[in-house]
Amino acid sequence: MKTPIQLRLNGEDVATFADGGANLLDVLRYSVGDLTVKGGCWQGTCGTCTVLVDGAPRLACVTLAESCSGNSVETVAGLRRGADLHPLQTAFMEHFAAQCGYCTPGMLMAAKALLDRNPNPTREDVVDAICGNICRCTGYEPIIAAILDAARKDARRSA
Amino acid sequence: MTVTVKTFDRLADAASAISTERGAHFLSGGTLLMRAVNEADPAIKTIVRSTDPAFRHIAVSSARVELGAGATMAAILAERELALLHQVARAVGGPAVREAATVGGNLFAPSPYGDFAAALLALDATVTLAGGYGERELQLEELLGRRDRGATLVSKVTFRRPPGDAFRFAKVTRVHPKGLSVLSIAALLPLASVRITGARIAYGAMGRTPLRAKAAERALEGRSLDAAGIAPALAVAADGTSPSDDAIASAWWRREILPIHLRRLLLGADQV
Repeated sequence: MKTPIQLRLNGEDVATFADGGANLLDVLRYSVGDLTVKGGCWQGTCGTCTVLVDGAPRLACVTLAESCSGNSVETVAGLRRGADLHPLQTAFMEHFAAQCGYCTPGMLMAAKALLDRNPNPTREDVVDAICGNICRCTGYEPIIAAILDAARKDARRSA
Repeated sequence: MTVTVKTFDRLADAASAISTERGAHFLSGGTLLMRAVNEADPAIKTIVRSTDPAFRHIAVSSARVELGAGATMAAILAERELALLHQVARAVGGPAVREAATVGGNLFAPSPYGDFAAALLALDATVTLAGGYGERELQLEELLGRRDRGATLVSKVTFRRPPGDAFRFAKVTRVHPKGLSVLSIAALLPLASVRITGARIAYGAMGRTPLRAKAAERALEGRSLDAAGIAPALAVAADGTSPSDDAIASAWWRREILPIHLRRLLLGADQV
């Protein structure tokens, strides 16, 4: 049986139907058409499907879509600020923080969740924020550097 | 595969549903159940959930802690009065998992998960079971012994707040900063003068469920917390354990390193 689901997705109201037991990842990708959310393991292990639900990071693959009805959901598709990339996206490019790029959407959203709550994170904070996200290419250091740099630049812009 | 999802305002109604419907499973945080749903586990026909606010309620007083079984690890980390559990909650996955993973879900998580349950076992927690005809209380140790025998819905967990720094916890992983448990150890070490009285030690990933180290507890009784005092406990640290071989560690390895990490936990890093 299909269940109606309404989301506030990246600031816009979206209504769709989902199969019973459908996870948020599949609904976002295949019902709503937001292909910026990636699926890796469908086991809640790799973190590439990380999205923000009401501002908190969640693994979309193990989140019951129906439980998010009425909630705000943010994905990489909503990161851009008008014509400009989000400072995190720019920092990821500048620090070569993406190689194959598969983990990048989840890394960006995990990092956004951190910076939204803690604009001046320490390296330890950053490591904790992305500790549930697996990257097999970079060795993590460029990603950590990019997030710290984005925080610094955002702080300068806000000052 | 499509499953039916049933949402109840009252936890008692959800408890009735899982106890009467074949193939009905309660969704707490979803980190384990949704994985099974994604894999089209044929045993899962119905997902039962509840929006009852009492399920997520946390109450802390100077003497007692009450955790709604639906309280998440993130909610525990946000509660300043629960500082004694912050290290434990932070040991459960990354931030996204902690936003979903619940106290109640952890009680039913198969090894090597269940680090939080091991901590609650050391804290001598009592669980309250929800049912269609009311609630009843049970020691966590008893629940862990029978948790796989049928539909059970835990509504809350309570324990007495331990004195000072009597509670300690350590999780051993091969991947840092976050990984599955090779093992975890939680210890409640009340001191009378300088002697340990009524110690409770619990292990995670050293058996099918979190379990108590009763031989080590007995060996610590009346002893002091120094190298000589804990030596008899270390000698029997692995008694009664039955760890598994898995991708994280072999059972042999788990038994070998258990006394080392128990020693570090009991003595504190500065004395090791």
